[in-house]
Amino acid sequence: MAMTMKGEVDLPATKEVVWKALNDPEVLKSCIPGCESLEKIDDNTLAATAKVKVGPVSASFKGKVNLLDLDPPNGYRIEGEGEGGVAGFAKGGAVVKLSDIPTGTKLTYDVEAQVGGKLAQLGARLIDGVAKKMADQFFADFAAAVGKQEGVAAPAEAQASAAAPAPAQNSEAKGWLQRLIAWFMDLWR
Amino acid sequence: MTATGIGAPVRRKEDFRFITGAGRYVDDINRPGQAYAYFLRSPHAHATINKIDTTEAMKSPGVVAIFTGADIEADKVGGLICGWAIFNKDGSPMRAGAHPALAIGKVRYVGDHVAVVIADTLAQARDAAEKIDVDYGVLSAAADVTTARKAGAPTIHDVAPDNQVYDWHLGDKAATDAAFAAAKHVTKLDIVNNRLVPNPMEPRAAVGEYDIGSDSLTLYTTSQNPHVARLVLSAFIGLAPENKFRVIAPDVGGGFGSKIFIYAEETVCVWAARKVRRAVKWTSDRTEAFLSDAHGRDHVTHAELATDANGKITAVRVSTKANMGAYLSTFASSVPTYLYAPLLSGQYNIPAIYAEVEAVYTNTAPVDAYRGAGRPEATYVIERLVEVAARELNVDPAEFRRRNFVTAFPHQTPVIMAYDAGDYDASLTKAQQMHDVAGFAARKAASASKGKLRGLGYSAYIEACGIAPSAAVGSLGAGVGLWESAEVRVNPIGTVEILTGSHSHGQGHETTFAQLVSGRLGIPIENVSIVHGDTDKVQMGMGTYGSRSGAVGMSAIVKALDKIEAKAKKVAAHVLEAAEGDIEFKNGKFTVKGTDKEADFGSIALQAYIAHKFNGQELEPGLKESAFWDPTNFTFPAGVHICELEIDPATGVVTIDRWTAVDDFGNVINPMIVEGQVHGGIAQGVGQALFEGAVYDSDGQLITASFMDYTMPRAQDLPSYNVGMTITACPSNPLGIKGCGEAGAIASPPAVINAITNALGHENITMPATPEKVWKAAQASAQKMAAE
Repeated sequence: MAMTMKGEVDLPATKEVVWKALNDPEVLKSCIPGCESLEKIDDNTLAATAKVKVGPVSASFKGKVNLLDLDPPNGYRIEGEGEGGVAGFAKGGAVVKLSDIPTGTKLTYDVEAQVGGKLAQLGARLIDGVAKKMADQFFADFAAAVGKQEGVAAPAEAQASAAAPAPAQNSEAKGWLQRLIAWFMDLWR
Repeated sequence: MTATGIGAPVRRKEDFRFITGAGRYVDDINRPGQAYAYFLRSPHAHATINKIDTTEAMKSPGVVAIFTGADIEADKVGGLICGWAIFNKDGSPMRAGAHPALAIGKVRYVGDHVAVVIADTLAQARDAAEKIDVDYGVLSAAADVTTARKAGAPTIHDVAPDNQVYDWHLGDKAATDAAFAAAKHVTKLDIVNNRLVPNPMEPRAAVGEYDIGSDSLTLYTTSQNPHVARLVLSAFIGLAPENKFRVIAPDVGGGFGSKIFIYAEETVCVWAARKVRRAVKWTSDRTEAFLSDAHGRDHVTHAELATDANGKITAVRVSTKANMGAYLSTFASSVPTYLYAPLLSGQYNIPAIYAEVEAVYTNTAPVDAYRGAGRPEATYVIERLVEVAARELNVDPAEFRRRNFVTAFPHQTPVIMAYDAGDYDASLTKAQQMHDVAGFAARKAASASKGKLRGLGYSAYIEACGIAPSAAVGSLGAGVGLWESAEVRVNPIGTVEILTGSHSHGQGHETTFAQLVSGRLGIPIENVSIVHGDTDKVQMGMGTYGSRSGAVGMSAIVKALDKIEAKAKKVAAHVLEAAEGDIEFKNGKFTVKGTDKEADFGSIALQAYIAHKFNGQELEPGLKESAFWDPTNFTFPAGVHICELEIDPATGVVTIDRWTAVDDFGNVINPMIVEGQVHGGIAQGVGQALFEGAVYDSDGQLITASFMDYTMPRAQDLPSYNVGMTITACPSNPLGIKGCGEAGAIASPPAVINAITNALGHENITMPATPEKVWKAAQASAQKMAAE
């Protein structure tokens, strides 16, 4: 079953810093909920494993992530797919775009993902909610991470500025983070 | 009628053990040293299997073995079969793709069997399955018949490159087309018969066991027909010869058709038991059942009905696309063909009928017989057509039906069936009276005053059941005969065991069959035991489906009882020292005509075994007889159901307010059990009409795979039914029985939809008529009314 998620988030860092973080496996790994490993295979390919729980379905997903349409520091398309064994699979992609705003960088994301197997059978009603929750968490952590890299002294505030907007981002526009997270999840599946 | 004989509302003997938890189902059976099977299933609807790596999984604790399709193939074990050959319009055979028990090279639906893990515990088997690494090459999927038949659709089986299983037809096309050309009025309908998941209370289960000493297999399985299972597993799949293969179907908690079929899981369990030299057990969980039990229905149909200037039906023309799923299940091919089109004449005198059916492979679970099997689909077509035609012609729908009823019997339809007996007008008239149809207008006005829409819908169904005779089904392509067997074993003190090839999985055979014997032999019902479901006890049988156990199974018992009576009379003649011709048997007593000499059944049974009173060379000792019974025709239960309901246009919620069912099942053995079958059948039909629907998304993912997303009817959704009967005895079996198991599920969906469309004032609604759909339709009705 297919799922889409769109959103944007304001990050307290310059486009270059955000871009770098978006391409830094260590940063991504620390921000993706449940991510156990994320390794660069080559410039544009990452191998990932993540533990994800959707409702009654809990599984370890293994998969590959490809970075496409690279346009540093303005954005990229990220695609991937992951197999979660008996839990099913996930695949999908996201278009991520960065633009300058007075407080730093606006990141917009547009995710399209598909899940299959047990995730679709049992988790269908839950997946949107879980994806959004994971997106929120991802972007909160990611905002903190880029804030740190930017040298912003108070990650807590940075985090707040990313996490707090969550209500403002609300359901449709929960931010690229969510999408990222969501597609990451999907990928790992 | 005696207190426990035919016609008595005897309480079900089996219920005590069921309601006290003393039933013995397959999952209750545990064998020494038993291991557990877990099936790794495909998460993809369509994919090549490039590689299966079990290295890590094999290291997992408790793992006994992991098998894939290659292992079964290497053992020269055959694939699953479809036992009914259908031929295309041009005479060529249907295109049946191979159906390996474990996938070989490719998976074709979500839930397809990729590998089996056998471990000491189920948890260990599951954990190991997590570690199996399958490299899939995902292919595009076709999840519905339209997509599957489009140019460029993915090919599911190489034998059917365009996914067409067969292109079959029945009836006289030229005569039908001519009748349409001459018609005064033509009614046209596009109909979807929604896909259903059977959902018996007990999910499927299997325990396979191998005995080294005798080199024999035993399979405990949730089967409606253990002998057919043994036949298929033995003769076609080749697991072991029949004399080395015992199949036991103990208490089975419902089947509705889904447990007729021979599935991958039991095949693998019993095969693997020999491989690992341990008993192997598998019990389906509910989501596995949603994924892998054969589904039901799933037809897309265009139907037309022609009438003349007098409002008489002159022809019916039907074109149906039937979704067969990814593989042809055991009897799948027969369902949209010979169990469907021959019923399109309904209760009506229709001179010309032409039906064409295209069966299509899709990347979904296999579809096969489900309560009614083809006949609900046919009834839905004809009863919607008739209702809509009446409305278009401004004729009362009951009157329109009456005008077209078959009234003389036997009646040969243009589509195979020869109706042998019935009185359709009697059922309709009785139903109208019981229902108080006359009061409907007032009730509708009362509803309207509360802002509710009230509707009334009829369904005058007919079905063909008691599936048989063998020669007839054989001529239509069946791979088996459809007789039934019975053995009557009279014990020395006069208690009786009846061994039957029928199988009870909720029908109450232990009661109804015992009633027949109790009444016939004049012995207490407690003295009669029914033995079924074990190939080592019952020699051969065809099982229970198609409402055949009464008409066919009990008739076989009657034939065996005839032989018992004849033999017992011979014994009685010696005991009572009279001529055999003077012995009479009545109410459990043997008497000598014109004398007061008598002996009861028990004493004659004892004498048959003691054998002191006769010469063993002239008369064999003992009292045991068997019979095979093959009927002369199908049976044709028919009746009228009336559904009356109220729609809340603000919410779309449908409330069924009253339901009247008047059925003609021929002679009735136990009216309480018959009524129970009617109740259950209606509930299932209402489920189809209002709630149930198996939904695959366009990628072939089943998104209704639990009771969270697949709605079953609940008690609160159903009214208290008015159930009545009319009786015309069936002439094609000695008991005059027609069968009642499927009628409710066959009759009810069109009654509901006819009532909803009657309330809405337009025909634009599909099953399941969920509140969302009904609300939208009600808005359309309001707009239409405003515009008018």
